[in-house]
Amino acid sequence: MEDGEGIIKKFCYMNRKAPYGTIYALESLEVVLIAAAFDQDISLVFADDGVYQLTKNQETDGIGMKNFSKTYSALGDYDIKKIYVEKESLEERGLSVDDLQALKYEDEDDDWVEKDSLFVVGSEELTKIINEQDVVLSF
Amino acid sequence: MSALHIVNKSPFERNSLDSCLRLAAKGSAVLLFEDGVIGAMKNTKHSDAVAKAMSDISFYALGPDIKARGLNDGNIIDGINVIDYDGFVDLTTEHNTVQSWL
Repeated sequence: MEDGEGIIKKFCYMNRKAPYGTIYALESLEVVLIAAAFDQDISLVFADDGVYQLTKNQETDGIGMKNFSKTYSALGDYDIKKIYVEKESLEERGLSVDDLQALKYEDEDDDWVEKDSLFVVGSEELTKIINEQDVVLSF
Repeated sequence: MSALHIVNKSPFERNSLDSCLRLAAKGSAVLLFEDGVIGAMKNTKHSDAVAKAMSDISFYALGPDIKARGLNDGNIIDGINVIDYDGFVDLTTEHNTVQSWL
């Protein structure tokens, strides 16, 4: 817009693939960081094998690939504070939230208090979240 | 000599592992690597199928791929041998055919 006040849309990034076996997870992260620079209303969703992207203690030295898992903990600095993980996807993989990185952001409206940005949600709630979006990008 | 079957896809994403288990002959070996290592994990909805097949087939999983995905060795189904790349090479030489399940 002319005065620099852009339209803010709700963007959802849907991540459904395990990391490293395909390029999707890394590409999604790159695109998310680009979108964040445009001050959009961003949600990240991790479902199906996408939940493996957020596991703790990833060590990629042995496969000769870049370990990009540390980037997820920087998302808070880009004002990304809505990261949804589907509960059913965790359960059918024998995983729990304790197997995932703890993702936080600092709330500028609340004296920079650190708050959780990762939420485990059931399918029903996730359906609502996705349905509210203006744009859904799939990876 | 027997066949080595190699599976590099997640059982949640493709039916490669299912088909491999259905069609692999008794006495053959299955190596899970890349996203295929997800099939080696305990307590998933696919774990029972693998555990059941272990009476007829020997199972291997590539350690570096397990580590990369933050899946620790302690969560591997009991009886699956975790190997490294040298072990992968050894397996290919010990079997007369290598069949890839893409």
